[in-house]
Amino acid sequence: MKLFAKYRILLPVVSLAVLLAATFYMQPRAMSYFGINLLFNLAVPIALATVAQMMIIMVNDIDLSLGAFVSLVACVTATFLNDSPMLGVLILLALVLCYAALGAVIHALDLPAIVVTLGMSFVWGGLALFILPSPGGASPGWLRTLMTVKPPYIPMAVCASVIIAVVTHLLVIRSGIGTVLRGVGGNARSVQRAGWPVVRLKALAYGLAGLFGVFAGMALVGLTTSADANIALRYTLLSIAGVILGGGEFTGGKVSPVGAVIGALTLTLAASFLSFLRLSPDWQIGAQGAILILVLTARLLFTRRDAQA
Amino acid sequence: MTKTQMLLGAAGLAMIAGGAMADTSGKRIALSNNYAGNSWRQAMLQTFEEVGAQAVEAGVVGAADAYTTSENQATEQAAQLQNMILQGYDAIILNAASPTALNGAVEEACNAGVTVVSFDGIVTAPCAWRIAVDFKAMGKEQVEYLATRLPEGGNLLEIRGLAGVFVDDEIHAGIEEGVAENSQFEIVGSVHGDWAQDVAQKAVAGVLPSLPDVVGVVTQGGDGYGAAQAFKAAGRDTPLIVLGNRQDEMQWWADQRDANGYETLSLSIAPGVASLAFWVAQQILDGAEVPKDLTVPFLKVTQDTLDEALETTPEGSVANTVYSLDDAKAVISGAM
Repeated sequence: MKLFAKYRILLPVVSLAVLLAATFYMQPRAMSYFGINLLFNLAVPIALATVAQMMIIMVNDIDLSLGAFVSLVACVTATFLNDSPMLGVLILLALVLCYAALGAVIHALDLPAIVVTLGMSFVWGGLALFILPSPGGASPGWLRTLMTVKPPYIPMAVCASVIIAVVTHLLVIRSGIGTVLRGVGGNARSVQRAGWPVVRLKALAYGLAGLFGVFAGMALVGLTTSADANIALRYTLLSIAGVILGGGEFTGGKVSPVGAVIGALTLTLAASFLSFLRLSPDWQIGAQGAILILVLTARLLFTRRDAQA
Repeated sequence: MTKTQMLLGAAGLAMIAGGAMADTSGKRIALSNNYAGNSWRQAMLQTFEEVGAQAVEAGVVGAADAYTTSENQATEQAAQLQNMILQGYDAIILNAASPTALNGAVEEACNAGVTVVSFDGIVTAPCAWRIAVDFKAMGKEQVEYLATRLPEGGNLLEIRGLAGVFVDDEIHAGIEEGVAENSQFEIVGSVHGDWAQDVAQKAVAGVLPSLPDVVGVVTQGGDGYGAAQAFKAAGRDTPLIVLGNRQDEMQWWADQRDANGYETLSLSIAPGVASLAFWVAQQILDGAEVPKDLTVPFLKVTQDTLDEALETTPEGSVANTVYSLDDAKAVISGAM
């Protein structure tokens, strides 16, 4: 079974395929253009958030503020971006820069990212409540059109997932700067000694995370048509689970963008599958956890076996 | 649910089964719920399950299934709604986590030909039906009741709910309106009781020393018992407190009545509103013309019905009522 170790991506793909087959068996109606779009369209913002989280995990940090950040972006999108697009774009740009600055500060002062981002989650949450004290706002028309577009043959959700996966794969795995960024996660000191400015690299990784976080929030508003200050709080944990499920590791440098997108799709599908099973809500969270543990155990078993061989 | 209510429900069902309305017998209705963590929601789910099971047995609808999201999050509920579309439900009744964040999923459902009826936690999507409570009328009715009991008027204390919540604003507006129309009353104090007895008791106890004689207390439910305790602790006469159907409030009322003939009124929204939403959805599926915005009557407990209400309300719960098809028809025709 060297196959699984050689192709890190294989396990996430197999998990998704198995789950998809089970879902189609349970609910044949889902096996259609319309059905697949309904199953996966809410996975698009989660996939974007997972990619954002992956950027942070890639440089050996973790982001506990992502859910609150995506909620804040959703609030900005549903208010400023809709009412005065210029101001909205400026605010979103400022948010991305904030993220980049955060990365630089975390590295320069040698702060633990887990603490800084946990603190920032309250800042983002507070700002979101400030902008939208009660649920409301409206999605900009073009965003709604973009998220409900019906391309021929392949549903929007699938198209978007493929595009996200390909773009991030090129960016993180194929490009030169992506390789250096993964190097920062793997061994920051070597990268520094090789003459790279690590502060700037970390700022870049965080900035990219902020950018994908912004995309996630905008995609979410395009789907829901309006926002709520608590709309995406679950994304923090979902995105971390998505990265790990997709073959990433907490040790830094070992990430897979395609896997992360597939991980996000798998998590979304798992929730729907459990709902089709008519499992009581008391058990659903536990069952979702069980699926996660199952996949991770499988991965561990395969890596162990390869290590012995 | 009481025996009488059950009998009434059964009678209602027998009527339908005998009638000509078999159109919806193959239709499937789902309940989408975002939270099950308090006694009100538990009572709501139970009512839906009982009414749904009876309706399925009588062949009125094909299925009535309840789903609750594992976490109280709008994104989870949106996914749940989309799953219901895939499962092929004909109608979804919905107690929403957010009035706006589910609109995208609700529109998907409407486009797929699914009837969406929201209640209690309503959604603003234009294609959905809304069964809202007229909280404003609930506030006004309290003052009007006080006017019949205390024609000479006097000072009132107002206990409000959780600040910033739409329900609190509505009930407060109703009370203001009532006081404006009955000028013999004056609100001399206002505190936030957060719909909880302990919070209300503390808040009232804090404000009482600064207040002149108070003849009546207007409330929002879940706060009357606390207010009564605060008056007792301060050594003041118990004013006329309007209650909110909680079991502890009604128990206190009954004890007072037995001891000194205390008389008051209790009103609140019944968790059984889920059964009303169920019948409204059934009527829409049946082809009935139903306005998009409906108002649910609130549940009143009076001196005469106190014992009955107390008997049927489990300890720590809320007085409930189960709506029948006829109630739904009455609500619909009332809104036409």
